[in-house]
Amino acid sequence: MAINLSREIVHSLEREKIKEIGNTNFYLCYQCGNCSAGCPCAEEMDILPHRAVRLAQLGQFSRLIESKAIWVCAACITCSVRCPRGVDIAGFMEACRQIVLRTRKVDHLSPVELDAQLLKELPQIALINNFRKFTG
Amino acid sequence: MEISYYPGCSLKTSAINFERTALSTLEELGIYALELPRWNCCGVMFSQSADNLMLQLAPARVIMEARETGRKRLLTLCSMCYNTLKRSLLFFKRNGEKLKKINAFLKLEERDFSAEGVEVIHLLTLLSELDTSNFKMKIKKIKSNLKVASYYGCLLTRPREIALDGVENPQIMEKLLEIAGFQTVNYPFKTDCCASFQVVNRRNVVKKQIRKIVTSAVRNGAEIFALSCPLCEYNLDSVQQELAQEDETFTPIPVLYISQLLSLALGQDPKLNDFSLHRIDPRPLFKEKGLL
Amino acid sequence: MSEKNLMQKIADSNKSVISGVDDLDIELWIKIYFLGREYRVPAGLTIMQALEYAGYFLTRSCGCRAGFCGACSTVYRIKGEYKLQFAMACQAEAMDGMYLVQLPFAPAEKRVYSLDHEEYSANTLLKYYPEIARCLSCNTCTKSCPQGIEVMDYINAALRGDYKQVAELSFDCIQCGLCAIRCPADIVHYNVAQLARRLYGKYGMPQVKNLNERATEIEEGVYQGEFDHLVALSNDELKKLYVEQQKNKEVY
Repeated sequence: MAINLSREIVHSLEREKIKEIGNTNFYLCYQCGNCSAGCPCAEEMDILPHRAVRLAQLGQFSRLIESKAIWVCAACITCSVRCPRGVDIAGFMEACRQIVLRTRKVDHLSPVELDAQLLKELPQIALINNFRKFTG
Repeated sequence: MEISYYPGCSLKTSAINFERTALSTLEELGIYALELPRWNCCGVMFSQSADNLMLQLAPARVIMEARETGRKRLLTLCSMCYNTLKRSLLFFKRNGEKLKKINAFLKLEERDFSAEGVEVIHLLTLLSELDTSNFKMKIKKIKSNLKVASYYGCLLTRPREIALDGVENPQIMEKLLEIAGFQTVNYPFKTDCCASFQVVNRRNVVKKQIRKIVTSAVRNGAEIFALSCPLCEYNLDSVQQELAQEDETFTPIPVLYISQLLSLALGQDPKLNDFSLHRIDPRPLFKEKGLL
Repeated sequence: MSEKNLMQKIADSNKSVISGVDDLDIELWIKIYFLGREYRVPAGLTIMQALEYAGYFLTRSCGCRAGFCGACSTVYRIKGEYKLQFAMACQAEAMDGMYLVQLPFAPAEKRVYSLDHEEYSANTLLKYYPEIARCLSCNTCTKSCPQGIEVMDYINAALRGDYKQVAELSFDCIQCGLCAIRCPADIVHYNVAQLARRLYGKYGMPQVKNLNERATEIEEGVYQGEFDHLVALSNDELKKLYVEQQKNKEVY
């Protein structure tokens, strides 16, 4: 896919927003790929974590918010712990999700559409955690 | 010794046997856990949105309740509660400005929120601080050759600043289990994530993780899992059952909270364990090993 | 007298006819603002009475007028204060400088369930109202409750399947809907509490022997004759009976 690197896009507002919400300076990333190598959910991701960070560095925000990767992340923090540059990639992922939830006002999943049997057997912490990540 | 105790939602429902066995184990060792008189859900996961203080209110309230008891230490059993409360406490210690904001919001409730004077401690840390010889003396069951795989998951050891042991290769559970007379096994995925809350809408991600974790543990000789997170327990237990139904070659092994094993070793009433809450019944294994 | 003044005078005299209050007898007046318009009303009235004094004929947002039905939810701010406040219009006194609006209806979703076919287990409330897991413990609900109920606490109890706690904490709820309107997690608290109370009543609460016996008696038709007799009475006979019965109740 062609990447538009116009000044306007590279310096998009969302870049700063991610930095602020995620509370992490992802410009420090030098693409070693440690995060993607250790990510338990990487197989399911359409964009690997280190590539997602690179896209954000280049202001390619529309690619990020359309991605499946930001929703597949289980926030296990393995990436952040292993990052040699101290980037909190888990925080970065959360920031991407939050921007989508806050601006689009559409939830990633609808609690009331979940299977009744599942709702009856899941421990509370599964639902609370999930809704905090996927609903705005 | 008395200590404040924050249960958390799941400890009152799906993980009630975790609470019962943990509290009775502590009591046997001379520690009385006093449940906070009033408590709310801690929020389950420390909020990663740095700008939204609303998400910090839940843990802040729990910390307030703990402070009001006058006891310094706050015990948690659930790994998620531990992580959330400990990180939140740290967050407010480091961000005086945010603490002020929370206080301004809480002004009408006439409560004073401060991050000082409270310490969040997990069951595992509390147990490992105790006198080992005293612990050993109380062990009633004969040395068992049950091979236990400790499963830490994410939240006991990540991020580094709140880790209760080493980040990549923690040993705290193994040490406790060995004191209690169990054998422990080593395997590479003990701190790998079980895919957590993805179980709600992406069960396949969880399944893949569980298969990897269980297969590795079993290959290394594990007969049972020990853990301290009600969500890991649900994921390992229910997904293993599902995998076994789909694939005959897959060997499921029982999943227990660490306190359940300790309680058994201490010779406490097995009823505390309420094994019916587990999908993979551990009783046949325990009988075989002389623990029941 | 200009036409405008004349109309005002007619309106004012109408007002005293409607309210039965002669303006000349009133010493203390206050100003309230309803939907942005200023009204001068006597002090000491309830919000509902004040609105009626101001000339409004209420067909919505009013019901029992006794603080039980929950229809007259009112939202207000006092001039010069920052807090948004909540009250039942039939119970709270109108205050000087009140900016207010009534909330005739709270858009709320009530799930369909059958108590007879429901399991009394920890997650039953989550099955019907999974959104309670979105609670942030911000306590906005408790702050907006005109009944002084600890709403946040009962939602937390609901989350962990503590039916007894929910039932006891929510007992005074009149379902006015203010909590549901304010909740940042979009929870409809009072419907959750209602389901919890119903389940607790059916499965959790200790059974009362006398009540069960009386219920059986009613079902068996022990009182059917008496009931048929009452239904057959004329209005006048009924009234007479009622007065007599009330008299008998009096304590001398």
